[in-house]
Amino acid sequence: MKILVAVKRAVDYNVKVRVKADYSGVETANVKMSMNPFDEIAVEEAIRLQEAGKVREIVAVSIGVSACQETLRTALAMGADRGILVEENEIELQPLAVAKILKSIVEREQPNLVILGKQSIDDDANQTGQMLAALLSWPQGTFASKVELGDYSVNVTREIDGGLETLTLNLPAVITTDLRLNEPRFVKLPNIMKAKKKVLEILKSTDLGVDITPRLMTLKVQEPPKRQAGIKVDTVAALVDKLHREAQVI
Amino acid sequence: MTAYTAPVREMIFVINEIAEISEILSLPAFSKSNIGTELVEAILEEAAKLASTILAPLNHSGDVQGSCISSEGVVTPDGFRNAYWKFIEGGWNSLVCDVEYGGQGLPELLNVATQEMWNSANMAFALCPMLNNGAIEAIGRVGSEEQKALYLPKMVSGEWTGTMNLTESHAGSDLSAIRTRAVPEGDHYRIFGQKIFITWGEHNMTENTIHLVLARIQNAPPGIKGISLFIVPKFLVNSDGSLGIRNDVHAISLERKLGIHASPTCIMAFGDKDGAIGYLIGEENKGITSMFIMMNSARFKIGVQGVAIGERAYQGAREYAKDRVQGRPIGVSSGSRVTIIHHPDVRRMLMVMKAQNEAMRALAYTLAKYLDLARYSLDTSRLQKYRALVDLLIPVVKGWSTEIGIEVASLGVQVYGGMGFIEETGACQHLRDSRIATIYEGTTGIQAFDLVGRKLNIDQGSAMRCLIADINITVAELSRVSGGDELIVIRNGLYRGARALADATEWMLGNPDIDARMVVSFDYLMLAGYVCSAWQMARAALISQYYLSIGQDVFFHKNKQITARFYFEHILPKAGALRDSVKYSSGNALIMSLPEEAF
Repeated sequence: MKILVAVKRAVDYNVKVRVKADYSGVETANVKMSMNPFDEIAVEEAIRLQEAGKVREIVAVSIGVSACQETLRTALAMGADRGILVEENEIELQPLAVAKILKSIVEREQPNLVILGKQSIDDDANQTGQMLAALLSWPQGTFASKVELGDYSVNVTREIDGGLETLTLNLPAVITTDLRLNEPRFVKLPNIMKAKKKVLEILKSTDLGVDITPRLMTLKVQEPPKRQAGIKVDTVAALVDKLHREAQVI
Repeated sequence: MTAYTAPVREMIFVINEIAEISEILSLPAFSKSNIGTELVEAILEEAAKLASTILAPLNHSGDVQGSCISSEGVVTPDGFRNAYWKFIEGGWNSLVCDVEYGGQGLPELLNVATQEMWNSANMAFALCPMLNNGAIEAIGRVGSEEQKALYLPKMVSGEWTGTMNLTESHAGSDLSAIRTRAVPEGDHYRIFGQKIFITWGEHNMTENTIHLVLARIQNAPPGIKGISLFIVPKFLVNSDGSLGIRNDVHAISLERKLGIHASPTCIMAFGDKDGAIGYLIGEENKGITSMFIMMNSARFKIGVQGVAIGERAYQGAREYAKDRVQGRPIGVSSGSRVTIIHHPDVRRMLMVMKAQNEAMRALAYTLAKYLDLARYSLDTSRLQKYRALVDLLIPVVKGWSTEIGIEVASLGVQVYGGMGFIEETGACQHLRDSRIATIYEGTTGIQAFDLVGRKLNIDQGSAMRCLIADINITVAELSRVSGGDELIVIRNGLYRGARALADATEWMLGNPDIDARMVVSFDYLMLAGYVCSAWQMARAALISQYYLSIGQDVFFHKNKQITARFYFEHILPKAGALRDSVKYSSGNALIMSLPEEAF
């Protein structure tokens, strides 16, 4: 069995994200970048399935600027077998474009399972996995908190409002990971060095014949308004009055 | 309590730009493993993760709980054993060790950065692998092939740890007074005696501990030339590597101490029953020489502790200063109050901390590079040059950095104001922990003696003169490069600093009275520390000038130049005062003239 995992280079989760001065997006110049934490969970899950003897090969794929190679090296150091970078340095990559590129890689690699993070912590779109499944006409198990892989199907426990839902998906399938699926391992020093020797193939997005033209236009990115300080009211009546007149919620 | 985040960007700058790791990686010892500079970042990032998420959270709890001794032996604080296994399973213990015994064979220049991280995150914890690595180095250098094969693989992996057993109650700085006895018995010896201050002498993190012990073989000559070194395992090791019987060596009590509470400081009893079985390592009566291999390695790493504790203290103080609202700017009587980082004196303290940390780091990492060059250069003249520089700089980095480490940790308390004196903030712990570093592995006084009495004498000052010549090359470079006011201030400061060090060096070399030299040896050591680190700060400013000229990473490099200028304006001037203290000293006569009763 073969698993494809998608990894995105995103602003590190420790960085306090700032909006660019011209409101065109989030500041990424001189900002520490790392693997999107949900994707780390995806890589970890693939490795655990491989360690359980159910998987022959794990291919990590990343899409974006050439620095994404570092993100792929991290995935390789964690335990993925080889990497593919679809390099695109110019065009802004939106979820649909990413899903189309991944579809093209899936057709090339023929994996039995694709695992992705449920969303990336920069744009928080939560779309790529779902779009990929739709484009491939594969079943999808999103927000997975437990994955049990069989020979022809996979059981996915999903975190949904009000509880857990378990689905059985026929393979091939798409899974997106939630936070509680696993805790990614620490990378071992010898594996960082071994990762350097693993194959990392670099493709150009133009080589894939996929239309990645952005379909959405960003008008403006700004920080949410600062929270105002609250006040204390003396009576319930005063509260109701304020909620009615000032907040206009009742 | 503040978190720790490894200053990876700064470390990479020092490793790649100031110490130029590419020069090390192109040496034949490393070129075959095909390590590139891109690996530097990958390795540091992963080490940083372990340091901040596994080791740092145990720093405060380890301090509060401490290690304790029970009938089962020494018990380490909660979480330490787990953290230790995460640490060794990650392969971090063996970063610099020989590939032949399972090590990673990476340069010291990379190791020094991870050492800094472990010590910043949890100094008490970091001592255990630090001493193990010293023992590995000693066994690797003087052990027989059998000894290496038997002990090294598991020490390199970290499954066993090593210790150094030197001190006895009456033999501290003066090791010639050692009384522990070794009685020959077949292919081994029986060891009898008691050692004190044995860091991580016993613990429950690993199944075995390998002690390196100084002892006197029966009928050995008196004094330092009659001391031999022995391997004394906690559990004897069978020839197939499996563990045999429990050896007659036990921790009998732990010291209560000012800091590093999680690190068990043991009193070790050898031979309370039949004698602890020990195996001679290296030549008979040459134990001190062998032990100094370990000592030198440890001294360098203790110097790194100065940087490490300074960095941790700085991070806490910085966060507090950005958060604590108190008072208004001077001369403003109304309006909103500001965080204390807006007050000039708090700024001064933070700048002194930051600038000194960066200076300590640049110097320590430069020494790490020299260690690599002294080990792996193919060119004989370079090999000799860097060996001499390593010998010269180890006491400087050990002595000066640990003294500055205390100063920075103390400022760390001061920035917090009253809260700094309260244990809850964690600032106290850094100051308490920092305090040991000027004492163990040779006090600052011993380092100063080593520098002035030994290192400066051994080659009649040629290594120091060579170092000063190298500093003056940087002065000349600074004169050539056109930059802003920063570079002019730095150039003039470095010129004066190099002169001060040269003056004091010539005074030392021209003064035959050893006692007179000893009186000012501490001042000389501190002078050397300030000037050598200023040199690295000047080099940093020069490198930053280049990046500023091409408009790359302007935020980082502009700040680097401001910090460097601060160092030259407000810290390096101490060099002049120290030079005066050396040069115009009336020597031994004055210090000794006050009668003992007057004290």
